[in-house]
Amino acid sequence: MVLTGVSVSIHAGDRIALLGRSGAGKSTLLSALQTEMDRAALRVAHIPQDYGQVLELSAFHNVWMGRLDDFGTFSNLRTLIWPSASQRAEVRDVLNSVGLEALDRKPVQDLSGGQRQRVALARALLRGGSVVLGDEPVSAVDPAQGADLLDALAQRFDTGILALHDVDHALRFATRIIGLKDGRIALDAAATDVSRAAIMDLYA
Amino acid sequence: MSRQRRHVLAGFAALTLLAFLWADLSGPAPDPWLTLRQVGWGLMHPSLPALPALTYAAALTVAFALCGVALGAGAGLLLAPLYQFTPVRWLCVSVRAVHELFWALLLLNITGLSPTTGILAIGLPYAGIFAKVFAEYLEEASPAPSRALPRATGQITRLLWANLPQCLPQMRSYALYRVECGMRSSAVLGFIGLPTLGFQLETYFRQAHYDQAIVVLAVFFALILPLRYWLRWRLALLFILAGAALLAAQPVPPMADGAWLRFFQDIVPAPIRLDQPMLPWLDKVLIGQAWPGAINTLVLSQIALALSALLAAVAFPMIVPRVSGRIGAAVGHGLLVLVRSTPEYMLAFVLLQVFGPSMLPAILALGLHNGAIIAHLMGRHASTLTLRHDAPRGLTLWGWELFPRLSGSFWALCLYRWEIIIRESAIMGILGITTLGFYVQRNVQELRLDRVVLLLLVTIGITLAVDHLSRRLRRTMRLGNDLRIETSRGQWRT
Repeated sequence: MVLTGVSVSIHAGDRIALLGRSGAGKSTLLSALQTEMDRAALRVAHIPQDYGQVLELSAFHNVWMGRLDDFGTFSNLRTLIWPSASQRAEVRDVLNSVGLEALDRKPVQDLSGGQRQRVALARALLRGGSVVLGDEPVSAVDPAQGADLLDALAQRFDTGILALHDVDHALRFATRIIGLKDGRIALDAAATDVSRAAIMDLYA
Repeated sequence: MSRQRRHVLAGFAALTLLAFLWADLSGPAPDPWLTLRQVGWGLMHPSLPALPALTYAAALTVAFALCGVALGAGAGLLLAPLYQFTPVRWLCVSVRAVHELFWALLLLNITGLSPTTGILAIGLPYAGIFAKVFAEYLEEASPAPSRALPRATGQITRLLWANLPQCLPQMRSYALYRVECGMRSSAVLGFIGLPTLGFQLETYFRQAHYDQAIVVLAVFFALILPLRYWLRWRLALLFILAGAALLAAQPVPPMADGAWLRFFQDIVPAPIRLDQPMLPWLDKVLIGQAWPGAINTLVLSQIALALSALLAAVAFPMIVPRVSGRIGAAVGHGLLVLVRSTPEYMLAFVLLQVFGPSMLPAILALGLHNGAIIAHLMGRHASTLTLRHDAPRGLTLWGWELFPRLSGSFWALCLYRWEIIIRESAIMGILGITTLGFYVQRNVQELRLDRVVLLLLVTIGITLAVDHLSRRLRRTMRLGNDLRIETSRGQWRT
């Protein structure tokens, strides 16, 4: 997907929902933003659409992966083989907060789709930072749970940019809505100023 | 069948015919029936050889295999992430182009008849193979986890956390398959003097104690056939340590001081060392030895390859229940496992006692062993095919469905084994058949290591050329793009 003439400025404190039909350029815009933020040396937590998990490793490992850049190679090797009790406890707390109790030792390949998505969210929550970028981060859980998880993200991160497809979720999470259509920005306004009709136009 | 494929096959048939005309198949056979009758009698009346010696040899066979494979796997794992760098790749290609037995013959000059020789002879070529296969696994790992890691994560952490865990299951099963190969290599090292089961077998056979030789062979099978049952991953480290301890306790025959130094002096070509003209030396080695050796190696491998293909094509339906019935398939499986578990060198040695010295025993041994391997892989592939409800049974199924549908994989497998058969053909020379190994062995005995090295370089060159040709042919014939042979070999035991 190619974006044409797209320019967005993001301000600290913005919580943005990216809306638009599949193929409208949401993922492309997200990865472009990711590159920009990496360049600006911001601490970014990333929730890719495919979760980017190592299925053979446990939920603990897949969550802890969010903090690998905080430690040196040897420390990471030790954690891989023999995690400390405090590391385990830290991850268990985050997993509990997304509703995954007592699953930290299970390989991710044994989890259901919804559980795997929550492990991906837990990784972002553990990592923390100034920005969270997510591509459909709650698509595999039921709407009520999804709303709770979005609240958790809003609480943990100052700034957030999430591609979403559920309009209710978008209006609940976002302070600002960006709508994409055919690779262009068709809508960019504060969430309070956007009408549902304007959002529905994006999908027409 | 595409035109290209038909041309390549016609070329192969013509070459095989030519090789047949060239090959020396009529050795001064004693009387094959006489020996066969004696071997048969031994088979029917097995008698236990000296038990402590046999047990010790069996333990050493396992120890050499485990330590050698552990060394190879460890080194291969370290080299795999670096495999993309040309110097590393070439290093791996060269160490694995030299057969274990050739490595052993070379190392005998440095480390003598010691455990080090055995471990390195297995470990060095295996390291090259492991590096290649592990590098392929790593390359196929999904890049998504690594992409999702924080950007500042270091390279080594990325490798260990995101890529390696994905490949670990395949690596384990491949290593297990390699232990099986290591058992065969370890047994065969006995034929050049290391105290493994091969040494016992050779001794009893040469003394015509077939009744005892049979028992040695049975012990080897008893170890290698149920390998996956006794070699537990949780116990692997324990097994390796026990093996290392056993080998460390082995008495080491003393080597004269400065063996290393002398070795490196000896591999310098004699004309340079002694300030003599170069040409006569080159003429003697290249024209007098490498040329006939290479021709015979190619002739032997060509006929062996044709025989493997023929046997595999006929034998693979044997293990497909829809063709041979449930009982037939079970029997077929047993037969193929037995044949492919026997090292080809050992098989050739036994056949040599029966048919006398000519190319025939080597052809039969290589053809049987490789044919059984191809047949096994084909049969497994055949059982994964989806067939129509009203598909025929028996040989009609083989002729109308299985073979036509699998012929692409079949030719790809044959071409893939070609390189391996070349390596093995060169080795057969140590048994007295005048392939390259014959001249290598003779020069080792005469302590002309400079000639040994040159002959080994020729062997490496031929192996690489055949590997290259085989890959190009597979591409021209558009074969096996979907066939991952190393992977499927790795998954034999899963």
